[in-house]
Amino acid sequence: MFGKLTLAAIPFQQPIIMGAMAFMALVMIAVLGTITVTGRWRWLWTEWLTSVDHKKIGVMYILLALVMLLRGFSDAIMMRSQLALATAGAAGYLPPEHYDQIFTAHGVIMIFFMAMPFVVGLMNIVVPLQIGARDVAFPFLNSLSFWLTFAGFGLINASLVIGEFARTGWLAYPPLSELAFSPGVGVDYWLWALQISGVGTTLTAVNFVVTILRNRAPGMTLMRMPVFTWTSLCTSMLMCAAFPILTVTLALLTLDRYFGMHFFTNELGGNPMMYVNMIWVWGHPEVYILVLPAFGIFSEIVATFSGKRLFGYRQMVIATVLITVLSFTVWLHHFFTMGAGADVNAFFGIMSMLIAIPTGVKVFNWLFTMYRGRVRFTVPVLWTIGFMVTFVIGGVTGVLLAMPPADFVLHNSLFLVAHFHNTIIGGVVFACLAGFSYWFPKVTGFTLDERLGRCAFWCWFVGFYVSFMPLYALGLMGMTRRMNHTDNAAWTPYLHVAAVGAVIIFVGIVFQVVQLVVSIRRRERNRDLTGDPWNGRTLEWSIPSPPPAYNFARVPVVRGLDDFWERKRRADPLDRSPLEPVEMPSNTGAGFVTGVLSLVLGFGLVWQIWWLVAAAAACILATVIVHSTPIHRHFEIAVEDLKRDERLRISSLGA
Amino acid sequence: MPPNVVTVPGRLEATDAFAKLRPHGVPVNPVFDGNTTLGFWVYLMTDCLLFAGLFAAYAVLGREAAGGPTGKELFDLPNVLRETGCLLASSFTYGLATLAMQADRRGGVLGWLAVTLMLGLTFLGMELGEFRHLVSIGAGPDRSAFLSSFFTLVGTHGTHVLFGSIWMLVLMAQVAKFGLNRTMRTRLVCLGLFWHFLDIVWIGVFSFVYLMGAL
Amino acid sequence: MDWSLLDPKGPVGAQELHILVTAFWLMMIVAVPTIVLTLWFAWRYRASSQTARFAPDWDRSHPIAIVCLAVPVIIVAILGTIAWKGSHELDPYRPLQVEAAGKAVRPIEVQVIALDWKWLFVYPELGVASVNELALPVGVPVHFSITASSVMNAFFIPRLGGMIYAMPRMQTQLSLLASEKGTYDGISSNYSGGGFSDMKFAARAMSAAAFDEWVASARGSEERLDGSALYGLLAPGIERTPKRYSSVEGDPFRRVLTAGLQPRSQTTRLATGDPVCITLGN
Repeated sequence: MFGKLTLAAIPFQQPIIMGAMAFMALVMIAVLGTITVTGRWRWLWTEWLTSVDHKKIGVMYILLALVMLLRGFSDAIMMRSQLALATAGAAGYLPPEHYDQIFTAHGVIMIFFMAMPFVVGLMNIVVPLQIGARDVAFPFLNSLSFWLTFAGFGLINASLVIGEFARTGWLAYPPLSELAFSPGVGVDYWLWALQISGVGTTLTAVNFVVTILRNRAPGMTLMRMPVFTWTSLCTSMLMCAAFPILTVTLALLTLDRYFGMHFFTNELGGNPMMYVNMIWVWGHPEVYILVLPAFGIFSEIVATFSGKRLFGYRQMVIATVLITVLSFTVWLHHFFTMGAGADVNAFFGIMSMLIAIPTGVKVFNWLFTMYRGRVRFTVPVLWTIGFMVTFVIGGVTGVLLAMPPADFVLHNSLFLVAHFHNTIIGGVVFACLAGFSYWFPKVTGFTLDERLGRCAFWCWFVGFYVSFMPLYALGLMGMTRRMNHTDNAAWTPYLHVAAVGAVIIFVGIVFQVVQLVVSIRRRERNRDLTGDPWNGRTLEWSIPSPPPAYNFARVPVVRGLDDFWERKRRADPLDRSPLEPVEMPSNTGAGFVTGVLSLVLGFGLVWQIWWLVAAAAACILATVIVHSTPIHRHFEIAVEDLKRDERLRISSLGA
Repeated sequence: MPPNVVTVPGRLEATDAFAKLRPHGVPVNPVFDGNTTLGFWVYLMTDCLLFAGLFAAYAVLGREAAGGPTGKELFDLPNVLRETGCLLASSFTYGLATLAMQADRRGGVLGWLAVTLMLGLTFLGMELGEFRHLVSIGAGPDRSAFLSSFFTLVGTHGTHVLFGSIWMLVLMAQVAKFGLNRTMRTRLVCLGLFWHFLDIVWIGVFSFVYLMGAL
Repeated sequence: MDWSLLDPKGPVGAQELHILVTAFWLMMIVAVPTIVLTLWFAWRYRASSQTARFAPDWDRSHPIAIVCLAVPVIIVAILGTIAWKGSHELDPYRPLQVEAAGKAVRPIEVQVIALDWKWLFVYPELGVASVNELALPVGVPVHFSITASSVMNAFFIPRLGGMIYAMPRMQTQLSLLASEKGTYDGISSNYSGGGFSDMKFAARAMSAAAFDEWVASARGSEERLDGSALYGLLAPGIERTPKRYSSVEGDPFRRVLTAGLQPRSQTTRLATGDPVCITLGN
């Protein structure tokens, strides 16, 4: 009746998990309770759950990312503390089976449910505004994408309290992830969470490719687009190309586990090496999917806060495209030690080093944007400078690892762990937090508290170095990754320092939570009345903060790069051309419903509750078919409303 | 929603609205929605890569029969020829439906779509029969890596045909009810792309899997 | 200090370290100025500066672009050449050619089987075997043939360099040489399940005489590596104390390589229902 699901699936005997479950339950009760007490269920439904507005969808993505940042980070603190305690033969406090789930979950959560949603969320909010569009090309699909990601989020969090998670590392190599060696539901949770949210990501990619190619304002040629839009376009193309490979790879492993097939098994012809190849053919473009928007964010920030044009715009575009293409030619550097032979290893090593060249060009271009600029040290700029220093170090260690003979002694060591955290934290996380501070006033209408933001930055920055520089040392001392206890006394002091670093980062996260709370409470003091708090250069700063649902009352006509900045410089008069009514897509619950049904479907698939699977699948099909009925799903915003908004805007600009 | 909103249920030009949001020089096509067709092409390219991954898996594992039956022993080429005939014919009849659409003949569209659907379902029936037979003689997908990759590649194609058939049925119902307006034409174009794409993939399948396997 | 990688005890590790260090210094040519300039420009061109020049429309410069492209390209070209040569010279499958007193030194053959979660070393020419203890004579090249019984592992002795995956039903190779006496940690560097953290072995590099003594003591051991002992080793578990086997029955390496035995199966769903599927290795 319930497949493999029994009450024994809930780990009552594990106090740490029970504690986490209690905490999650309390938070959920608090949130749901607040909504109920303040009578906001209807508001939640009409304003958020059924919204097809790219700005709201982007905000929901970022909220999901921030929640998962907390969960992924608690995993990190648990790992660091366990390793700090379990030295010189001691056992630590985490049972090994639990630790092995934690390091797997940490990687999966941080990449799939923190970094990806954060980046996609920022793209959602910013790209249509930067190209002068009123929404993305397919607003309903956008909503559906988010709710599919939410379904994956639900599955990952369910795995904490019902059943277990995978104990295989974040990429679940076979044969370890095959049924014979991972008979529990952990790998199944992993498979379905990633598969379902992966569909959402692919749809987002299609959406943004079409939006950027076709929905740009008149006069905005490709070479007049902001760099963040360029990087979003290239990222979306990368997603289109890479995610199908992930879909196939996950599907083949699923078939092995569910139907006894032999793609990656040890017997009857299976080939685990093929999994390694396929998963990294996706995996390497994935990290560029994360880092290209990060580069775009920094390009915007550097130019804006230097009061200067971005240096080498054309080179930036070419470098971005080159990185996009080259990212598909380097995947084998993730397993030089699998024995592919010297020619193959050398080829991929050289390609990996080549990709450092356009990356370097970008760094130099940011550098020379600051040169002879007037750099204002706002919080986004602090993150940017922190990024430039940190990412360069990460890039250096990356090139070191790209030399196959060097990789032979460093593969899978803590040196590798330090390298990828160096580039992902220093690159992607710093960018997301910078972008968060930068675009926060646009979304909410008030700025974040600067002082608390600076405290958060310094804690993250210092904490990162204290936490990860010892890991480089440990790698050079021969410590490998994914161990849950160690017995080499020489390693102990470094493990202790690394744990302290994690605590410092934790303080940084606390500062960010406090910053959010304080800024919301003090929002009247920090109101952004002009919509342009930073003296920005791109179109998103030309509309009010927060923007109206329709973004632009009049579609802007773009005459060059940084058109808004040039208009300000020339002191162009405000556009007074006649307003026309605006048609906007109506909200729909179909995305939310499909997402929730997908969560149920995933859960049923994990526990092999086949009737539930069939029912959920049938309901999803029905929802899609009903939603496809070609009735008019738009509403019109009348000219009077546009005029009223315009009067408000003019009066606030005057204020 | 603001009080002076105008919703017009039943009016059929669902994606027209965004036609007005794209004044940057690309002329708005009155017959088809360019955004939707471009988006569908991009999606189709991701599907193409999906099949590429499955072909790659078959390329690697296609010879791993693990002591069990090989393609040479199992593949029934005359049956494959019949399946191919069905599918290619269905692409042709879809083309006839497209011509009817361009000539604004709703009845023609529905008729030829029905024939296409029949041919597609016949193809699926034959394929299911082949799979059932293979499983019954112990050559199921769990017998060897070769058979796993065979069943998955051919089965994924078949699943796509199944979903295409469901989509075709839904479109037929919608065309019957709402007629051949811009939205329906755009969707018929997209389904056409999908259907022809599956045909092309099938050519890859029968060449690379069946013909090369049987030789 | 236990900086295994920085203080290698064998030529393979030494060459790999050399490449690492060379690459590091070459990258410093780019990295150090970049970091310095980042901090310097940010400070020098800060908004509150009274003296810095402000050129808001200056956004291109051919000389700068050329230098910023040329320097990395040259460095990558050098690194690429080193990578090409190094990958070939340090190819794990490439046998080590060692000469002593004008004559080629014959390599010792060791077969390595990664089990859950211990290492079995078989010396086929000497007829002995050991678990979690790898004895090596100093100055003699050792050729390893490596496989695994169940899941992917990686064979790695940090002090001696080189690393290669150990994969079920696949045979990989590695050649190493210890140039100094000592006991070095050996590990698995690819996560393989519950007992992974304890999957360690001692690589003991010793003089030729001491090595002969070791072999003799192994031959004097009470335990034999026969079929049942092998099957016992295949069962999941860790070994806290090393074991030595006086004799080896049959060819356990080939047996593991070709059989794909699955000792850890709990709900194994094998197609044929046989407990052991014999397939030919790749």
